Amino acid sequence: MQERLKELQQEALEAVQKAVDLKELNEIRVSYLGKKGPITEVLKGMGKLSAEERPKMGALANEVRDIISSGIEEKQKVLEEEAVQKKLASETIDVTLPGRPVNSGNHHPLTRIIEEIEDLFIGMGYTIAEGPEVEKDYYNFEALNLPKGHPARDMQDSFYISEEILLRTHTSPMQARTMEKNEGKGPVRIICPGKVYRRDNDDATHSHQFMQIEGLVVDENIRMSDLKGTLDVFAKKMFGDDREIRLRPSFFPFTEPSVEMDISCKICKGHGCNVCKGTGWIEILGAGMVHPNVLEMAGYDSTKYTGFAFGMGPERIAMLKYGVDDIRHYYTNDIRFLKQFSMHE
Amino acid sequence: MFVSYKWLQEYVDLTGVTADELAEKITKSGIEVEGVEVLNEGIKGVVIGHVLEREQHPNADKLNKCLVDVGEDQPVQIICGAPNVDKGQKVAVAKVGAVLPGNFKIKKAKLRGEESHGMICSLQELGVETKLVAKEYSEGIFVFPGNVTVGEDAISELNRDDQVLELGLTPNRADCLSMLGVAYEVAAILGRDVKLPNPEVQTTSEKASDYIKVTVEANEDNPLYVAKVIKNVTIGPSPLWMQGRLMAAGIRPHNNVVDITNYVLLEYGQPLHAFDYDRLGSKEILVRRAKNGEEIVTLDDAKRTLTEDHLVITNGSEPVALAGVMGGANSEVQSDTTTVLLESAYFKGLTIRGASKDHGLRSEASSRYEKGIDPNRVRLAAERAVEMLALYAGGEILEGSVEVDTLKVEPAVVSITLEKINSVIGTTITADEVISIFEKLRFEVTSDNETFTVTVPTRRGDITIEEDLIEEVARLYGYDNLPKTLPVGASTPGKLSAYQQKRRVVRKYLEGTGLFQAVTYSLTSEAKAAQYALEQREPVALAMPMSEDRSKLRLSILPQLLEVVKYNLARQNDSVSVYEIGTVFLGKGNEEQPEEREHMAAAITGLWNLHQWQGEKKEVDFFVLKGILEGMFAKLGLQTEVEYRQTAIEGLHPGRTAEIYLSGKKIGFIGQVHPTVQKELDLKETYVCELLLEAILTADVSPLQYEAIPKYPSITRDIALVVDQGKAAGELESIIKEAGGSLLKEAKVFDLYEGEHMEPGKKSIAFSLRYFNPEKTLTDEEVTKVHDKVLHAVEEKAGAVLRG
Repeated sequence: MQERLKELQQEALEAVQKAVDLKELNEIRVSYLGKKGPITEVLKGMGKLSAEERPKMGALANEVRDIISSGIEEKQKVLEEEAVQKKLASETIDVTLPGRPVNSGNHHPLTRIIEEIEDLFIGMGYTIAEGPEVEKDYYNFEALNLPKGHPARDMQDSFYISEEILLRTHTSPMQARTMEKNEGKGPVRIICPGKVYRRDNDDATHSHQFMQIEGLVVDENIRMSDLKGTLDVFAKKMFGDDREIRLRPSFFPFTEPSVEMDISCKICKGHGCNVCKGTGWIEILGAGMVHPNVLEMAGYDSTKYTGFAFGMGPERIAMLKYGVDDIRHYYTNDIRFLKQFSMHE
Repeated sequence: MFVSYKWLQEYVDLTGVTADELAEKITKSGIEVEGVEVLNEGIKGVVIGHVLEREQHPNADKLNKCLVDVGEDQPVQIICGAPNVDKGQKVAVAKVGAVLPGNFKIKKAKLRGEESHGMICSLQELGVETKLVAKEYSEGIFVFPGNVTVGEDAISELNRDDQVLELGLTPNRADCLSMLGVAYEVAAILGRDVKLPNPEVQTTSEKASDYIKVTVEANEDNPLYVAKVIKNVTIGPSPLWMQGRLMAAGIRPHNNVVDITNYVLLEYGQPLHAFDYDRLGSKEILVRRAKNGEEIVTLDDAKRTLTEDHLVITNGSEPVALAGVMGGANSEVQSDTTTVLLESAYFKGLTIRGASKDHGLRSEASSRYEKGIDPNRVRLAAERAVEMLALYAGGEILEGSVEVDTLKVEPAVVSITLEKINSVIGTTITADEVISIFEKLRFEVTSDNETFTVTVPTRRGDITIEEDLIEEVARLYGYDNLPKTLPVGASTPGKLSAYQQKRRVVRKYLEGTGLFQAVTYSLTSEAKAAQYALEQREPVALAMPMSEDRSKLRLSILPQLLEVVKYNLARQNDSVSVYEIGTVFLGKGNEEQPEEREHMAAAITGLWNLHQWQGEKKEVDFFVLKGILEGMFAKLGLQTEVEYRQTAIEGLHPGRTAEIYLSGKKIGFIGQVHPTVQKELDLKETYVCELLLEAILTADVSPLQYEAIPKYPSITRDIALVVDQGKAAGELESIIKEAGGSLLKEAKVFDLYEGEHMEPGKKSIAFSLRYFNPEKTLTDEEVTKVHDKVLHAVEEKAGAVLRG
């Protein structure tokens, strides 16, 4: 009997070893350890044994059972692991295949520039003033020290609706309107972005419709050096800390003194190249101290209040920043153009 | 204004300052120098030659064989194609080895069998623009006066060894439309002296007043008229140096008399006009407004019809010049002219500007009058001109001038304090520095306890108030020397308004779904202006449009976006998804500003999703765009306030269009572009919407409030309802929601079936209803009670039958 049990143990373990899958292993478990299995069969003959041998044989039978069963367990773990590996292997994908595209649009480049400038000045305490695109001649010209018949009106030939109504030629009317609303009191700090219109034939560098951003600060004791400092902050944040600014005297009817601001050329660092036409400087914006007539017309005491204003063209800034070479691209909205402005710098 | 560097040296010592350095200094202190042109750039080896012999080229009709003395041991043979070359002429010769503009190198050549050792040059070949070449030489070579020396450098004889600064003048700096004005400016910048011309005139015993009578009727337009008479002039070419300077300044030489008037115009900024005295037809000048319909033929041979707005110079009856703009052909100085009447006058800028505009005629004279001339130079310029007429045209100057003078010239006197200057600029300039700056500008200044009183010369008409003086001080002090400061004083909170913030949220959201922001034109054609308008109104029209395509202001954005779609489809961009946020204009008649409203419009076409290798592909449809809008309303907390109502709108598919209502108010539409319109515009299936954005961004929204996370499970029941084809899902949904009351948390459509297994005219819509009580776990009985109510309601109100 003892030998038979050992034999069975040997036989079972060999079968376990040979099993190739979990199913076979289970069959082995049932056939050796089941109620009708050979060990049970062997134990049935226990009745013939002496009382002394019976517990020994019982213990042996249990031992054989345990050995077989742990053998099966071990094998099961191996087979299970194999099965997992096999499944994983069968699930392998080509990770270099392209992912599912996610739809995503983006800002128009001009909006991108405008928001960047807005945010920059919001950080300096400015608010955003928006107003009508169809303006009264009064706000567009007269309140800005451009009376009827003023030669500088030639500089910006306009789209009139009637004698007194026109498409605004700059966003400066919002300056006059905001000052008027503030009833002669300071401080005023605003940025006025928006569309403007001039009688120009559309070509690579002209557009009858374009964007403008203007800024205005009015308070007691506003100095020209404040304008210079503000523009310096703007230029460095917008174009890079290594940029320098230069102010040149200029003329606008609504400011006195008037200046134009250049920034040092990024390509040649001020030494002169094609981009800056050899001058080392690139013209960015016009600015100046608010003309006393403009202050007075808006209800400010020009002996007490001073202010500065500046204005620039987002089209030009986008051209300089991104190298866009034709202003018409901004208004034809070719998807291949628009798509290029999705990246966050 | 073109400023010759060499000419400028007559008035200011430029020693040690090159043209480029000068340009930089001028730019920095006030006037932008747009460029410096080197007139003799790329020219080498051009000398004066003397044509000794000329004969017809033996083998070519149009060529001449010339023997030319170029100042060397032997004369050389040159083949020349110019029709006007002839024996005895002094000409410009590019010798063998010479270089002409465009790196054109002159070599020994053989032309039709004859050797040519160089080239006889036209002015164009020496870099002069055709429009600046005197008419008689514009088709051939230039012929020098006989007194030039053979072998000398031809370029310097022509005064073209020079550089020209191009000044970009702003309208306030009309003073620099003259060499003297520029001289004052440069002298101030360099801190050097100005040398002024000092005309010396010898007159005859005859008096000008015996020859001419001047009457001015329009004193306001013409407060000062000065006439001088010059006899016995000989018309001929002006000296080479003068021609050179005129060409450098962009003026074509004509003859000595005309050239002298132009020269003095450039020098003093004072327009002059020379009449042929004998061709005037009278001994009288009468200045008056023209009569309506009166005509004049101007020097450019154009017949011009005049109105009362125009000022004319007449001979007492007929116009002989359009005052301040251009002379008349009838009294033009010609080669046989012997007596000249010289006019130097002060005309009012506005009058001249009007005439110049009306006739589309801008002349050197009119552009100066428009911007304002120096009243104190009217007589000086006349003196200078007659001095030159005596010198270079052999004229005899009659004594005196005939004048009408009602002009009151008073220089502006402006006072300012040192404190004001420093507080506006933000500097600590001293009183001495300020005085020194005014002195450099040649402004008369007195100071008293740091208050300066400045008498501004009449040449600087742009300076009238304190701020003008501040600018003069600031620019000559140098903007580079200004400190950089930031405004001090009360701080202001910088932020976007709620509206501006929401607009940015909408932009970001729409772009997140895949739409690109477009920006299109507000001006459009009559036909497109009101297409798809949310509210019909007569479009606002431009008084003088540049083209029909851009003649009206838009009432809607959509037509422009469809153009964008069309443009892209035509360029192989097959899938287009764009939106625009912009203004539309609702007219209120031409005398009032229109009402401006902010709209949002979008257009999508082509594929919405494409994931090719996994076989996923989704064309755009109505529900793609609707989903985007639903998401937008949800983002703004308005999802429960929005309703879509089936409707028909012109230009949209009648079965695929909805009007959108926000809190019961119509705010826009969504739909498919009508197939006929799609075809007209070459579009594919395109879905669009246009909304009154400002209504959406200003709608009342309840503030964001936290809601407890459910502690109890919810129970879901699905139902499939069979209804008539025409029954809207939205209607069923509202019935279900109403009947479901507070326990019904959600009712979602999850299936739609219209097919062969349905009775004709019927469809099945399946809803998933989720019941939930935040207070406790719902029992089956509680749910069933409500659910039955729902089933009853849909049956009763919509004739819906539960699908078996």
